[in-house]
Amino acid sequence: MLWLRMGLTHPKKTVSSKAPSPLNGLSPGRPAPTPLLDAPPETICPTQALKEHGNVMTVDYTRCIHCRLCHQQPDQNRMSWEEGYQWAQMTSPRLPHSFRHSLHIRVVDAGDCGACLNELHQLASPVYSLHRLGIAFTPTPRDADVLVITGPITVSMKEAVQEAYQAMPSPKRVVAVGTCALSGGLFASSFALAGPLEKILPVDLSVPGCPPPPLALLHAFQLLMGAKSEEMRTQGVRT
Amino acid sequence: MTAAQELEMILTQHQDINRRVESNGIRLTIPASLLPQLVSQLSPQWTFVGIVPEDDARTQSLRLLYVFYTPKGPWLGMEVRNHDQVIPSISNILFAADWQEREMEDLFDVSFAGHPQLGDFVLHDSHWPEGTAPMKRHSWEIHQKANGFEDLGTHRIVDASGSFVMPIGPVFSGTAESIQFGLETVGEEIVFAHIRPFYKYRAVEKLMRGQTPMGSLLIAERIDGLTAFSHALAMAQAWETLGDLQISPRAQLLRVFWAEIERIRSHLQVLSGILESTGLSVPQNLLQAQEEELLQISGAFSGHRYLFGLIRLGGLSRDWSAEDIQHIVKRLETLVHHSQEILDALTFDNSFLDRLEAVGTLSGERARTHGLVGPVGRASGIHRDVRIHQPYAAYDNVVFDVPVQTEGDGYARFRQLAQEMTQSIRIIQQIPSMLTPGEVVPTDKFHPALRTAFGYVESPGGSVLCAVSSNNQGMVERCRIITPGLVNWHAFPDAIRHFAFQDFPIIMATFGLSVADLDR
Repeated sequence: MLWLRMGLTHPKKTVSSKAPSPLNGLSPGRPAPTPLLDAPPETICPTQALKEHGNVMTVDYTRCIHCRLCHQQPDQNRMSWEEGYQWAQMTSPRLPHSFRHSLHIRVVDAGDCGACLNELHQLASPVYSLHRLGIAFTPTPRDADVLVITGPITVSMKEAVQEAYQAMPSPKRVVAVGTCALSGGLFASSFALAGPLEKILPVDLSVPGCPPPPLALLHAFQLLMGAKSEEMRTQGVRT
Repeated sequence: MTAAQELEMILTQHQDINRRVESNGIRLTIPASLLPQLVSQLSPQWTFVGIVPEDDARTQSLRLLYVFYTPKGPWLGMEVRNHDQVIPSISNILFAADWQEREMEDLFDVSFAGHPQLGDFVLHDSHWPEGTAPMKRHSWEIHQKANGFEDLGTHRIVDASGSFVMPIGPVFSGTAESIQFGLETVGEEIVFAHIRPFYKYRAVEKLMRGQTPMGSLLIAERIDGLTAFSHALAMAQAWETLGDLQISPRAQLLRVFWAEIERIRSHLQVLSGILESTGLSVPQNLLQAQEEELLQISGAFSGHRYLFGLIRLGGLSRDWSAEDIQHIVKRLETLVHHSQEILDALTFDNSFLDRLEAVGTLSGERARTHGLVGPVGRASGIHRDVRIHQPYAAYDNVVFDVPVQTEGDGYARFRQLAQEMTQSIRIIQQIPSMLTPGEVVPTDKFHPALRTAFGYVESPGGSVLCAVSSNNQGMVERCRIITPGLVNWHAFPDAIRHFAFQDFPIIMATFGLSVADLDR
């Protein structure tokens, strides 16, 4: 009774996926493409995420770790910073037909530092309330539609990741969450890695970020459910 | 007799010990055969921290530094050469050294005479041939076994009729981290527990080699993302000692400010984890919402929800106006107040208390044997906190208490976390009035000295020691990070013995340990 009353008297406001602006700590933001810098990009970015492309300095978001070193440079070398969270990218042309109504997710930690996992965990809190969208975490891959992998895939976790994928029924999707899973990030040169994920499993959706904030993850799952058809149409994916 | 006097007395008994006094500690060079005797004489008064490998420039070989400290006293390092003598194991005297010796054996190929279980620890035998030793000075190419396949089976030692092993992990419920347990049982009770960590081994200490100071900070943050600030602070402090950098009082205070914010966030997360394990979803969700609020405060004011990228050598990467600081303090006060309300209400909930009281008990004596650190240790009566015992940053200028419990059960750990949160907000409240104008964002050029320096920080989970030595280009030559996970996970199988299966997730939640922190 005590908890029922407390739950009712302490309502929590849910952040909707149409997020407010400014984002006020809901997302760390990331560097935006900027006109060419004076200094060579490899002296600025510790993960070599900055690439010259014509006369624009572009950002390889699968490598960016939001360290802000490129944003804290003197004027002529400063990358501009964008707010936002709609970072997920479809990386396979496969169609998201089967997951219109609900999505069951199995998360596998493959060497995560804990931040990506905690952001996934926060999705279940009343602030994001993942369940209202028909999305749920499931303890077994047999029930799962989506395999979410965080971390750079260590050698010892490789088989566990493969076994989880094989145990899932079709149709199934693989989501790589975080810079580590996408490119290895800062750990890319470690001898103990079997990753990044694309070397091991076919990746359907990538969510860059270090870690991607809960809103970015929510956006990614909605993409899988076909709810965000706008972005997919512009990327030439039929919904 | 103080610890220092006792050390003098012990040293007069041995003529063949070479002693050097350094800026904040004493360094002894001892023959390996003396090690067990010295350790057993020192260990009642001196706290063992860990084994730090160093390169001996003269002999071009490895030497081990056994690190101890006393509360408010100096550090003590005992150097033992490795290349021409057998190093005896000390884990029968100091059980806390057990995992560190196993780790040294796997990574450096140092053999410890008398250790009963070496090999197959950090590098799982199913993937790496024995003797791989990736951290040895000249090991550049590291080869995996061809067709290596992870053996997910567990050990078995209980020999009784009807006994079986219940395997858990490496992948288990929800968003849990990857680690494996084998719970041996004849029915309900866990008779013996095996633990198999290092599924997530990313070779951080190897990666650190050759990194710039900035690169080493970025990697340190990602050892355990949930206590990123503390790990980066320990790393930065080691570099600052090497480079003799002066840090402004303002930067020191702000470091304390953010470190305590991280402690509150981490404790909220562990507390809501405890509630999740006991199935009380209303208070769990309410606490989790408070944690999210704190993540948003961190994100809005530091630029990153987990405080990545905030620490710079010599200070912090940004500064805040007095209004901002006041605003953060106000929001934190409300947040901690709301959380305390929920935690107070829980102490009247019988069904909750029944699941925590006298569950996962670690007596003071057993906790001391394991050398526990952090809130887990303090809940078992070990008064150990480097914020008080080896003050760093501005901790000797702020007033706070270190709460200690005596029972060592799940409920003691729960109360410990709640009380530590109150102390953290007390520290945070003192800071705005103490802040004086000053430089926070460092610009100094930096020339590290060629030796090993320590940085130590009380992270939310316990003390972190970061030992860094630099090469002559100012890059990392060797780095060793002794994390609270490495110490406290060692005691976890001991804490779950003789409890029932349904207590296992609850005990794990009350320990609140990070696997990433252990695996590195």
